[in-house]
Amino acid sequence: MTPDELLKTLYDETLLGNAPAVLALTQQGLDLGLTPESLLFDSLIPSLEEVGARFERGDYFVPEMLIAGRAMSGALALLRPLLAETGVQTVGTFVMGTVKGDVHDIGKNLVNIMLEGAGFHVIDLGVQVPPERFVEAINEYKPDIVGFSAFLTTTMPMFKANINALEKAGIRDQVVVMVGGAPVTQEYADAVGADAYAADASQTVKKAKDLIQKKRAMVSA
Amino acid sequence: MHTVLSSATKKITIGHDQPFCLIGERINPTGRRIFQDQLRAGDLSAIERDVAAQVAGGATVLDVNMGVPLTDEPELLKKAIKLIQSLTDLPICIDSSVVEALEAGLSVYEGRALVNSITAEDDRMAEILPMVKHYGAAVVALPNDHDEIPMQADKRLVLTKKILDTAVDKYGLTLEDIVIDPLAMPIGADPTIVRTAYETMQRIRAEFGVNMTVGASNVSFGMPGRHTINATFLAMAITVGLTSAIMDTRTPQIVEAVKAADLLLGHDEWGASWISAHRAQQAAQKAAADALLQQALAP
Repeated sequence: MTPDELLKTLYDETLLGNAPAVLALTQQGLDLGLTPESLLFDSLIPSLEEVGARFERGDYFVPEMLIAGRAMSGALALLRPLLAETGVQTVGTFVMGTVKGDVHDIGKNLVNIMLEGAGFHVIDLGVQVPPERFVEAINEYKPDIVGFSAFLTTTMPMFKANINALEKAGIRDQVVVMVGGAPVTQEYADAVGADAYAADASQTVKKAKDLIQKKRAMVSA
Repeated sequence: MHTVLSSATKKITIGHDQPFCLIGERINPTGRRIFQDQLRAGDLSAIERDVAAQVAGGATVLDVNMGVPLTDEPELLKKAIKLIQSLTDLPICIDSSVVEALEAGLSVYEGRALVNSITAEDDRMAEILPMVKHYGAAVVALPNDHDEIPMQADKRLVLTKKILDTAVDKYGLTLEDIVIDPLAMPIGADPTIVRTAYETMQRIRAEFGVNMTVGASNVSFGMPGRHTINATFLAMAITVGLTSAIMDTRTPQIVEAVKAADLLLGHDEWGASWISAHRAQQAAQKAAADALLQQALAP
């Protein structure tokens, strides 16, 4: 297999969510002398982007998105240490959690998978995450974005509590705040002072990328 | 084990020897942008259409949820319940995660409502169960706790027992007052998740014999062909002890699957309901055909 053929096959197998093949091809690519960056940016990420696009068009369904994401995670486990060595800049770091009082995580996990698929480094704090834990994680990981997920109208007010906690800790300006979850709306996101709302996993990825670009442009300007 | 719900003039009995109880899910603003905007503006007219469509579709109870962010949910829920009770005699399932909204809803409801819902969390039970007792209502209970939604049937059984014991021993309710929601989650997210729900149902039926309900449309989230999945999920669940569901009652395919399951399990003796539904459908088709013919023949 030529390097180009390998990248193409890896792309196709990721699209199908064939985890064993994706892992084997990633290793094979490294053995062939392809760089981790090339495997990631020329094959895996474009493949997951295509998964997101198909999902948005209604051509792909939740299980297909999940297995594609899992296949990619397997490859990432292999590539991440190598990428760290070469000091490649990740797309961005994303701290994610379901708010305090809420134990729902299916939607959040889908979003995490698509974010990882897009090349984000995702730190998942799990469910029932209190404001102080978000503050800690932001101080520890210095993420570009923090995401709050809520599934109940009674737990959505924790968005505001979390944002207040970030303000009190003096770190509100350091991160972009994104919110989401079944009952959440754009109006609600605006009302609590979040920076962005996304309705589903692929929208989250798009908005997250845009926000990071804007943020980086502002910093460099 | 019979859980009786009522309005001022109608009684519905949920039980293992009864026809399945179809709780219409539609009056819920979650994911309905236009409906949310209307409710925020005080326009409840969509509820009238939702009631009519669900009654026509075969609902036996109507769920009502008024969880619109940034509104006065208790007030909105009161208004909605009064409106619905003026339109239909079907009992109501009062659905909110806000305790004050449940209380407000119960305070204006005529009859014995189903309250949706509590969990196995102590604070949630302490806030809601005395209210359920006070108003003589029944309540849906989810076997999840503060830490998680359990992915194993064992843990769900433990929490179900905790809920039943607490409700009976501490708050003076009876087992008939509790309807357990064994938790059905999207099959697209995990291939074993619905089997776990079925196992939970079977074991709750065997160990406690209580009535159960479930948010049935959840199961098909993120999948194509949702109606078929929902219909099949329900028919299968009924065989392992599910006695009601909060479900899509506007889609004939789903309602018919439930009715057929009733027939097959002997809950519709000699097919009386099944056959009369068939005749009603025939009559409606004939009336429609006649109307078309009249139109065609008109000068």
